[in-house]
Amino acid sequence: MTACGLDLARTGSPLIQVQGLTAGYGERIVLRDVDLEVFAGEIVIFLGGSGCGKSTLLKQMIGLEQPLAGKVLITGQDIHAARGTQRRRILNGFGVSYQTGALFGSLSVLENVLLPLEECTDLPETLRLRVARMKLAQVGLAGFESHAPAELSGGMVKRAAIARAMALDPCMLFLDEPSAGLDPVTSAELDALILDLARGLGMTFVIVTHELASVFAIADRVIMLSKAKQGIVAQGDPRDLRDHATDPLVKDFFHHHVSGMLNTSAEATSA
Amino acid sequence: MLFARNNTQGTPGERPERDFHFVLEGLQPNASGAMDGTLSGRLDVRNTGELWRRLHRVAGKSGPILLRLNVSKLEYVDASGLALFTELEEVLRSKGGKLELVGMRLELRRALDQFLVQSRAVAVPRSHGNILERIGRGTQRFFHDVRDLVGFVGLFASGFGQALRRPTSIRWRDFWLNCETVGANAVLIIMLIGFLMGLIISFQSAMPLRMFGAEIYVARLLGLSMVRELGPLVTAIILAGRSGASFAAELGTMKINEELNALNTMGLDPVRLLVVPRMLAAMCMTPLLTMVFILFSLVGGAVVMLSLGYPLVSYINQVTLSVGVGDLVNGLFKSLVFSVLVGGIGCVRGLQTGQGAWAVGAATTSAVVSGIVLIAVMDGIFAVLYYVFHY
Ligand SMILES: Nc1ncnc2c1ncn2[C@@H]1O[C@H](COP(=O)(O)OP(=O)(O)OP(=O)(O)O)[C@@H](O)[C@H]1O
Ligand SMILES: [Mg+2]
Repeated sequence: MTACGLDLARTGSPLIQVQGLTAGYGERIVLRDVDLEVFAGEIVIFLGGSGCGKSTLLKQMIGLEQPLAGKVLITGQDIHAARGTQRRRILNGFGVSYQTGALFGSLSVLENVLLPLEECTDLPETLRLRVARMKLAQVGLAGFESHAPAELSGGMVKRAAIARAMALDPCMLFLDEPSAGLDPVTSAELDALILDLARGLGMTFVIVTHELASVFAIADRVIMLSKAKQGIVAQGDPRDLRDHATDPLVKDFFHHHVSGMLNTSAEATSA
Repeated sequence: MLFARNNTQGTPGERPERDFHFVLEGLQPNASGAMDGTLSGRLDVRNTGELWRRLHRVAGKSGPILLRLNVSKLEYVDASGLALFTELEEVLRSKGGKLELVGMRLELRRALDQFLVQSRAVAVPRSHGNILERIGRGTQRFFHDVRDLVGFVGLFASGFGQALRRPTSIRWRDFWLNCETVGANAVLIIMLIGFLMGLIISFQSAMPLRMFGAEIYVARLLGLSMVRELGPLVTAIILAGRSGASFAAELGTMKINEELNALNTMGLDPVRLLVVPRMLAAMCMTPLLTMVFILFSLVGGAVVMLSLGYPLVSYINQVTLSVGVGDLVNGLFKSLVFSVLVGGIGCVRGLQTGQGAWAVGAATTSAVVSGIVLIAVMDGIFAVLYYVFHY
């Protein structure tokens, strides 16, 4: 809900700063000493093998889980330290769609999108309905308003979750595998929507995805995570990385080498 | 879509709150009867509600109104702002008036057009039907439910038959785990409730019996009623609340996570894998819990009798005189039957779960309610049977 004029992209101070972040579950450390910055209007994509900690990093950035060390600043404010209204304001400033969709099963699709509008704004009902319908139409779900989430296909759940994440017109969107389970055409439409929002309005995106096609289509910057290094191995423009990367993991990832698959599983067993 | 004039400076959060606001000026009727106003600044979900209320005060009046808003200085509009313009236009038009947006930039016009298409109401009212329809649906659902129940009884029976014929096919690890949660973890609450019920019943009955100098018969009364009736009944009700509910919730969650589908497609029988260990555990543990319950209710009775001045020996004598082995067998058999009902209905409700978190809640509630109803009905049947056979 904050302003994102195009011109401040990449010139102002970063929108999101991750500083020395170490995160894990219980005794197990997944990410160690990670630093990264995301600027307004940027589309940043996290890449990496399954289980390397992409979702974990995302959950840290949105303040869902407490870090073991380090901090995450969103527009300069420490999200893990913020409390009360300050925290609520930070949270309302971004939208999140989770890997599993996480729609509320007892509400219809339309009601899912309406919920943040009802709880966080004082818009009258007629306007809320219009906004919610428009968000659903944007992700191609017009006509499914009264369906229950259980009556949707996997990809439709994903899209409904994105519509809900956009309900408050946030300035940042965090999407965990938005295009998993989508056909290439719908996936491309989603990419177009993301590009539209980012280029037209300077919305900022942090996306986890495995679809190389959409990486090349939309990413300003790719951040490659590795399980072995427990952190970032490389980052930069996707084409640069594809053509000039020296790191074997990065090369394998972009060139689909079978050894890449074996490497990942070897990492998994050794970890 | 949204629309922003790219003149916002600095990162959000650094700028004071008032910079994020719209300004509405004018809005006075001019000579020709139209309303003129100027809207500038920023229009987003946080302040559109306020603007709507202000504009609605004007637009809501009866009679046709021509509202002319100059929006050339508007810096930022999001979806809620677009919704406002669309809605306002509709409200005015329905009364023969009109909304004119003056100085609209191209982006805004395009965004508005697109919004109009995207937000068009697709009215799909969910009809709940009239009363007859609803009664019909309810009846149909009831018979479906009964049919499902009968079906599950058959499934369970065949699953059990197979399991008993080949005991190695039973997942004994799950069985022991369930014994722990159903049995061992319930001991404390069973002890507590048993003790309290014994205490209360003997105390309450000691008062009237004292008028006849017959307090010592409290022991017989307590012993018989606990062993034959209350022990099995209350234990089963506690079991329904604890384990019946947890069976339903566990299996229901597995169902909505498609874990049951996964089992089915692997050619594995959910009844054998999930239901049999749970039912067996419930059947083994409930009679044991009933015994614990009876024992502790008698302890409660003993405390009352001791405090009334009777020696422990005579209390124990009275109890053993009145309660025979037959009564205990009776009570334990009842409790075995109750455990089948409670465990079975818990598993059935779990497997019947619909979709979504809500369905798991409904399945759990229904498991407890139907469990308790079944126990009560079965207890009545037992009372009649025991009476008929003079047992
Ligand atoms: N709630 C949890 N408790 C314990 N460990 C967890 C938890 N969630 C994730 N992990 C572990 O953390 C590691 C990283 O998990 P994460 O979900 O971040 O992977 P990911 O990169 O998102 O993988 P994918 O691409 O498959 O979604 C994994 O090894 C996983 O085992
Ligand atoms: Mg993940």
